[in-house]
Amino acid sequence: MMEELFIALWVIMSILAIAMAIHAVLSRDLIKATILMAGVSLIASFLFVLLRAPDVAMAEASIGSALTAIILVLAIRNTKRFEEGGGEK
Amino acid sequence: MMERYDIHRSIPAILLALLVAATIFYAFVEVGFGEAKVDEEGSVSNRFISNSTQETGSSNFVTAVVVNYRGFDTLGEVTVLFLASAGMGAIVSALPAGDKRKRPIPPSLILTAGTRLVLPLIILFGSYVFVHGHLSPGGGFQGGVIIASGLLLYLVIFPEWKAPHKALALSESLAGLSFAGIGIIGLAVGGIFLDNVISGLGEAGMLVSAGLIPLIYIAIGIKVGAEMTGLVARMKGGDA
Repeated sequence: MMEELFIALWVIMSILAIAMAIHAVLSRDLIKATILMAGVSLIASFLFVLLRAPDVAMAEASIGSALTAIILVLAIRNTKRFEEGGGEK
Repeated sequence: MMERYDIHRSIPAILLALLVAATIFYAFVEVGFGEAKVDEEGSVSNRFISNSTQETGSSNFVTAVVVNYRGFDTLGEVTVLFLASAGMGAIVSALPAGDKRKRPIPPSLILTAGTRLVLPLIILFGSYVFVHGHLSPGGGFQGGVIIASGLLLYLVIFPEWKAPHKALALSESLAGLSFAGIGIIGLAVGGIFLDNVISGLGEAGMLVSAGLIPLIYIAIGIKVGAEMTGLVARMKGGDA
């Protein structure tokens, strides 16, 4: 029972992460894309906890979702928030 | 401008991604979920798991490997980080000053008050993570990055804040020197660089235990925290 629950949680989180990643790539709002990317990292760190690698999970959560997002937010603040050109979506 | 996204151009990329995904899946499909890939008697990982607590006094064997068995590699890793930070500083200081025409939207009261409230807690938690690196998950790198993310949150919310680059560089250098100094003390006393026998190992599971591992991890934590803060604060703009 526990095993099935574990695998179900894993599959749901993975699908959520993939959906967020695709949305982040297609999004024209770069702040939104940054937040989605940080969410993908957060889910990845949760999956690392499920795999019993809490050390890696802490590194992933702090670097992937905090530090990278801050760098991107600073970059977006100095440039533009919305992507231009190319196709619509 | 309104050219539709052409899927045909991405077909090679999609095929390549699928190929990589299939390769990784094929490599790991035999291994059960969450199980050890190597589970033999004499494997290196089993040796670390069974002997590290007696040999280093650290309850967390990831820390034992990172700081003790592979301590020299960690020193190299810290050096790489230092070089990245120094290179970043050299590049950014050569750039012309940032464009000051664009004023960012001032943050709301909730953001400013919340940041002031949460920043001490983030710094406390980061310090906890690297002080307890030999007992619980995490360590110098994770704790340092947590502290840096707290300080950089402050930088994002209060853009007029100037990072104290002199103090950051000083603490970074002192922490790096103390890491190398601890290693040299081990070389002088025990004959091995980063030897862990100067002080007793103590009782595993206590805060003061594991010999020099906590000291090294505190040095790494301060170094990484200061370095990451300085690195990203320099990226903020020409004025930082």
